[in-house]
Amino acid sequence: MTRSGSLAARRARILRERAIEAVLFLAALVSVFTTIGIVYILVKESVVFFRAVPIADFLTDTQWTPLFDDAHFGIMVLLSGTLTSSLVALFIAIPLGTIIAIYLSEFAPFKLREIAKPFLELLGGVPTIVYGYFALLFVTPLLQRVYPDLPGFNLLSAGLVMGVMIIPYVASISEDAMRAVPMSLREGSYAMGATRLQTALRVVFPAAFSGVAAAYILGISRAVGETMILAVAAGMQPNLTFNPLEPAATITAYIVQVALGDLPHGSTGYQTIFAAGLSLMIITLVFNIAGHALRRRFRESY
Amino acid sequence: MSPTSEIRKRKRYEAIFAIIGLMALMIGVLTFAALFADMAFKGMGRLDWDFFTSFPSRRASQAGILSAWVGSTLVMIVTAFFAVPLGVAAGVYLEEYARKNWITDLIEINITNLAGVPSIVYGLLALGLFVYQFGLGQSILSAGLTLALLILPVVIVATREAIRSIPQAIREGSYALGATRWQTVRYHILPYSSAGILTGVIIGMARAIGETAPVITIGALTFIAFLPPSPVQAEPPFLSFEWVLSPFSVMPIQMFNWTSRPEAAFQVNAAAAGFVLVLMTLAMNGFAIWLRYRLRRNIKW
Repeated sequence: MTRSGSLAARRARILRERAIEAVLFLAALVSVFTTIGIVYILVKESVVFFRAVPIADFLTDTQWTPLFDDAHFGIMVLLSGTLTSSLVALFIAIPLGTIIAIYLSEFAPFKLREIAKPFLELLGGVPTIVYGYFALLFVTPLLQRVYPDLPGFNLLSAGLVMGVMIIPYVASISEDAMRAVPMSLREGSYAMGATRLQTALRVVFPAAFSGVAAAYILGISRAVGETMILAVAAGMQPNLTFNPLEPAATITAYIVQVALGDLPHGSTGYQTIFAAGLSLMIITLVFNIAGHALRRRFRESY
Repeated sequence: MSPTSEIRKRKRYEAIFAIIGLMALMIGVLTFAALFADMAFKGMGRLDWDFFTSFPSRRASQAGILSAWVGSTLVMIVTAFFAVPLGVAAGVYLEEYARKNWITDLIEINITNLAGVPSIVYGLLALGLFVYQFGLGQSILSAGLTLALLILPVVIVATREAIRSIPQAIREGSYALGATRWQTVRYHILPYSSAGILTGVIIGMARAIGETAPVITIGALTFIAFLPPSPVQAEPPFLSFEWVLSPFSVMPIQMFNWTSRPEAAFQVNAAAAGFVLVLMTLAMNGFAIWLRYRLRRNIKW
């Protein structure tokens, strides 16, 4: 190869390298475009919606009847369903998830942990529609044996099943946080004569607390955004209630209900799902940011 | 109280906690066992050849999941077609090319946040953007694109983790022989990380195949008694892409439809469809977990 030839080849090579880097960079930018797309679509449709419905009404009205002639748009009604079902779910997922995490990180023999962790992961991979089926056709009839007055659709069974669904999520993030606590802290505790349980509860858990709190917060965000379990098992009637024994629609279930029907593109009914989606997005975003900030803190501290 | 009895008491607490821990774990296991057994028990009677080769029907005993599993398969093809190259490329960029600056930070924050966005919000994005703005309609293409965006963070994170586990010496060896950055990626980084990437891709696809909410939001049909046009044709050019714009249904939506009907006969169908769906996702996730386990054991750099 002559010198000038190799120079041209080198130039071509550099050019090709640059082009490839640019393509890869564009692929990485897709995530940014996705976020921009979500915000753009939600805000664009919501702006039209809030031109017809004042924000004050949206936040304070106690009725949600967007498809009636006498339309009311009080997001509180849907929020109450979301909040109640999420609380029921957290009532299950936080204690059980924490206990499982402590057990797996501090107590379980190596072999059990090797089996339990992949199993929890499998549990987290079950499609949510299947959990919805389970809540409606297995858990609700079971609960009705105890409470014969329980309606067929209710927030309780949906919330309970949602809690079980979130357990693997809470347990695995909490366990990661506890395993990140350095051995020397445990050894110090044992040297003082503490048992494993005392070490787990008074040394490891407090040391890992910001990570565990992150797991809780990310769990809340999962519960708030969960859709199919609630759409199937909690009924889709808007109901301003904090009683888990009643049926109620959540923000997510409302969106599904509207999407199942035939709403003309551009009608106020169509725009309500974007306003509802924007509310949902803001709530989960706040939780996600808080969760990740906490998670980063526990990673940095050791 | 003597010190030995105090120690005995603490030991007892410890034993009690160990039992509580095991029971908590068992609640998860038992719930899953109940779910699986319930669906298998109720649905087994419906699981025959006809169930897979029949369209949904008004008569529960004749209804099947043909259009649902064909729809799911086609949507998954579109999803993989977009999510795998984009996700791998983004992962390679972030690990091998990205400089430490604000754009990289912005991309990373975005990926973390997108992983936490509720799936139904992706459905709204797709409804506004793909269905109406781009005019793709309520088609297989819209659904595939939506699910591709949804699992993109999973693929990216898996790619990055797989690449990160490759020792620096491999790259240095490649550069020392005069390879460019892309040649290093193409001939070393990608082949060595391919099994790890595959793990992430399978987990992502398992998630996509079970997703219901975003696909309902863009307007998949719940009752569909025809198949999309076949991608393979008898006459030249043999391949047709008409199917990507066809209306469709998918497995989880078929199951949702049957679950929400009051008649018990349809709920039996729902159990059968659910059984198939769970089996599919379990097989995919199980394979991915097994693959990862083997990787950890076999590869010692």
